[in-house]
Amino acid sequence: MMDWFEIALVILLITTAVGVIRVKTLISAVLILACYSFLMAVVWAQLGAVDVAFVEAVVGAGLSTVLFLLTLFRARAKDTQLRRTPTPLVALLGLPLLGFVLLYAIAPLYPDGQDGQPLRPASTHVADAYLQESYKATKTPNVVTAVLMDYRAFDTLIETGVIFTAGIACALLLRSHSE
Amino acid sequence: MIEAHDSLIVRSAGKLLIPLSQLFALYVLFFGQYGPGGGFAGGVILGTSFLLAVLVLGPQAPPCRLAHQLEHGDGIGLMIFVGVGGLCLIGGGTFLDYSNLQIPGWNDEERRSLGIVLTQIGVAADIAVTALSIVFSLGQHHSQEASHE
Repeated sequence: MMDWFEIALVILLITTAVGVIRVKTLISAVLILACYSFLMAVVWAQLGAVDVAFVEAVVGAGLSTVLFLLTLFRARAKDTQLRRTPTPLVALLGLPLLGFVLLYAIAPLYPDGQDGQPLRPASTHVADAYLQESYKATKTPNVVTAVLMDYRAFDTLIETGVIFTAGIACALLLRSHSE
Repeated sequence: MIEAHDSLIVRSAGKLLIPLSQLFALYVLFFGQYGPGGGFAGGVILGTSFLLAVLVLGPQAPPCRLAHQLEHGDGIGLMIFVGVGGLCLIGGGTFLDYSNLQIPGWNDEERRSLGIVLTQIGVAADIAVTALSIVFSLGQHHSQEASHE
């Protein structure tokens, strides 16, 4: 099922991810991270999650890059240079092992059914009900919006509260010196 | 740090792009019921369009003064969201159950649809103001430090 576009996308993703942790200056790391976010947005769109792709492109590639850059402009020039120490052997061996263990742990979530798709736990509980009922119940063609704003409105409310709190906390921390 | 950009090209392009991106933000916000988008993406685009105004036109330009005014509205978005949830309580409904919004002549589906629109406006307002507030916090501190040095 992997066509050339997906292969190219994965190679680009890995290249940018390695690039972010290998470059010497923080400003290049921020810009490469923006590229990574944008590629991730393409991946989400490719997988059919258009809403996630939209938010990733807007927040990951747009706003967070601006925030990172503004923070870097505040820092002194010598603080934005990085001196990388060589990676310890434990991390080189242990992290791939940890990744393997995690992949092994989620293997039961993807049973080898017909394409695996309908048998996944995520697809067997409420997903069908949402897809079939949400338009009739809410007159909202976009199921993601209906779930986010109506079925899971408490989640979204508290998420909005988290963002509000984050804004207040940033203002308190950063403005505490200006009397 | 934050002052008007020197280049005429950047300022002219900014004057063209800022209203366009604000219009696009509103489109994304209200199109969220019919396609990709919604409160989160629309709010971020609205916030960044004001940031663009601040970075390109400088702090004295009208859009930037408007942005500083908007900063005082921190929390209004959350209040809209909670307020819509609270309106659902009138007449014995449960919190955030939009079908209990008391609008005569509307059936449950239309009330839920309205509730989704209103809460999305709340989310967008909250996120746009928070983005502006964080960026102004970062910029303000820097200009203070620069004036000390």
